[in-house]
Amino acid sequence: MSDSAAALRRDKVLGAIRSRLGQSDGRSRTAASRIAGQAPHLVPERSRRDAAGLKELFATQLRAGNATVVAVASEADLPAAVAAYLRGQNLPLAMRAGNDTWLRAIDWSREPALSIAEGPAVPDDEVGLTHAVAAVAETGTLVLASGPANPVTVTFLPETSIIVVRAADLVGPYEAAFDLIRQRYGRGTMPRTLNLVSGPSRTADVGGRLVTGAHGPRRLCVMVVG
Amino acid sequence: MDVTAHAFKSNVKAALKDMQLQRALSGLPTGLVAQRTAAKAKLPEFEALRDVGRDIKDHTLAHLDLYLEAWEKKATAAGAKVHWAPTAADAREIVAGICREANARLVTKGKSMVSEEIALNAHLEAQGLEVVETDLGEYLVQIRHETPSHIIAPAIHLTEAQIEADFRRQHTHLPKDRPLDEPVQIVSEARDILREKFIKADVGITGANFLIAETGSSIIVTNEGNGDLTQSLAKVHVVVTSIDKVVPTLEDAATLLRLLARSATGQEFSVYTTFSTGPRRPEDADGPEQYHVVVLDNGRSALLDTPFREVLRCIRCGACMNHCPVYGAVGGHAYGWVYPGPIGAVLNPALIGLDEASHLPNASTFCGRCESVCPMKIPLPGLMREWRRQEFASGAGSAVGRSALKAWSYLARRPRLYHLATRLGIATLSALGRTRGAFRSLPLAGGWTRHRDLAAPQGRTFQQLWAEHKQGVPR
Ligand code: SF4
Repeated sequence: MSDSAAALRRDKVLGAIRSRLGQSDGRSRTAASRIAGQAPHLVPERSRRDAAGLKELFATQLRAGNATVVAVASEADLPAAVAAYLRGQNLPLAMRAGNDTWLRAIDWSREPALSIAEGPAVPDDEVGLTHAVAAVAETGTLVLASGPANPVTVTFLPETSIIVVRAADLVGPYEAAFDLIRQRYGRGTMPRTLNLVSGPSRTADVGGRLVTGAHGPRRLCVMVVG
Repeated sequence: MDVTAHAFKSNVKAALKDMQLQRALSGLPTGLVAQRTAAKAKLPEFEALRDVGRDIKDHTLAHLDLYLEAWEKKATAAGAKVHWAPTAADAREIVAGICREANARLVTKGKSMVSEEIALNAHLEAQGLEVVETDLGEYLVQIRHETPSHIIAPAIHLTEAQIEADFRRQHTHLPKDRPLDEPVQIVSEARDILREKFIKADVGITGANFLIAETGSSIIVTNEGNGDLTQSLAKVHVVVTSIDKVVPTLEDAATLLRLLARSATGQEFSVYTTFSTGPRRPEDADGPEQYHVVVLDNGRSALLDTPFREVLRCIRCGACMNHCPVYGAVGGHAYGWVYPGPIGAVLNPALIGLDEASHLPNASTFCGRCESVCPMKIPLPGLMREWRRQEFASGAGSAVGRSALKAWSYLARRPRLYHLATRLGIATLSALGRTRGAFRSLPLAGGWTRHRDLAAPQGRTFQQLWAEHKQGVPR
């Protein structure tokens, strides 16, 4: 279809809205100032806690959604914790990951049996390893930003997903996580996808009965470091 | 999809006799309804959030053109191609054009009610494309050549036994004696079959729960992860959505997301909430090369200066249908068009015309449960009443029904006459029925007595009893 036809359709839709709403003064200013900065609305009390409280709430919420949560004391302990989890689940020690600087800086050679292939996921990958930019305690939700560091296919294709998050990046409500994203990307700018993940994939479409492991990962293990 | 809303009455008769459907629907009270109640109990701020949610949407609708333009500007800057569609036919053709340009053969789809509204699948299939629904419920409905009967649980009308039979009929390349009596086996089989489709697809189509003006993003909310595979593995991602989905900022979205999952499935939060902004970036390792957003009007803008503007606040959670006694008795297909339940009773007449859908706003007991659970506080019963008023004002409806309503309104506005008439009526019925206790049949009341007896009145009207009661009570 031609560009002029597209422009006509655009005018038709927006024109119809404008004529129904009327054009009073100050509308543009109101809308522009809201976009420029809207304070959080009502934020649930439950996420107003100290760091230890947030950690506890985060883990409780994730476990309620059928995820495994592992507390890891420091970066140096991560390879052993990952290997132990995979062995415990009888899974191969081969993982897929992006080129995340923080994950790369970890000394994985401490667990020689572990291997990491870098790049986007392929259908045969069994385990994906990603690094969340933030985590939301309110509902036990991880926030992943797509990009070469954490390709989105690594989060969704493998049957097992291991997501690592630093305890320092754990916040209370969603609004605080969005602020972290704004700090990183600039206000009004986003990565191609921002994925909020709160458990392994699931469905209740067969007779209303809950089954874990639909199209995305069947297992989710979250490692909280620090 | 074919519209059968005009045939609501016969649809209902068939639905009430359908034992499989009745069995499937019987799970609603202990399922979605109980889950929502539990989720609400866990969040003390839930009721207050409903007010905030309503205000966010009211504010957005009052500035709708501005937020849509702001969203478009941001989305375009991030590399999105935005398409505006005044009508369903425009939207269908735009999507078909994108597929043609991509030389597509296989299209995967995440769940989208707007795509049902524009009957997208049939249109794409007519152009020779293979279209595969990837949400499990949508897939079940697609292989049965049906339409979704619920906006968030499309296959809620099916029993496990029916689904097993459908899989055996459809997937004939698999061993005949494979076990399929557990939901987990069904889900695994679907996972394997749809995996291949995700990987081979040329175009992936999703809906959008929200658009964000601040960032130019579209949001999808799912539990299965199918939407993410749909939009990440194909080289073209098409979002099909409508003008009422935009909100100003991430903060506004956060509030609405807190309400959505709890109202829909009783989850604290859905498993996957995905914000998409533009196509893959030059440095990205994966993701679609093109990102299109088709924004549909299809009659919505015409509601902005009518009482029905409030229905544009809807976030499609499905709570109103889960709690509706009429929906619970007849299921979603009886409503005869895309949106069932109370939201459909208000929205469908606006989108397909009151002529076609006039039965729907009348299919209500006005019990008010829908309004009391709606996270956006949409006055659904009041809006159904408004449709009834408009229907009457336009002179539609049967001659008998109209004269009865006219007679009723004449009486109801004249209290003395009303009391006299009811006294006479009750006294007559009482005299006729006292010995029998109840009527098996009554002239003009066949609609009632065909299905149950009418108990004979005891002799006095409620107003008389009330007056005597008041006199008897010391002040
Ligand atoms: S009308 Fe309200 S309850 Fe019904 S789907 Fe829309 S938001 Fe949910």
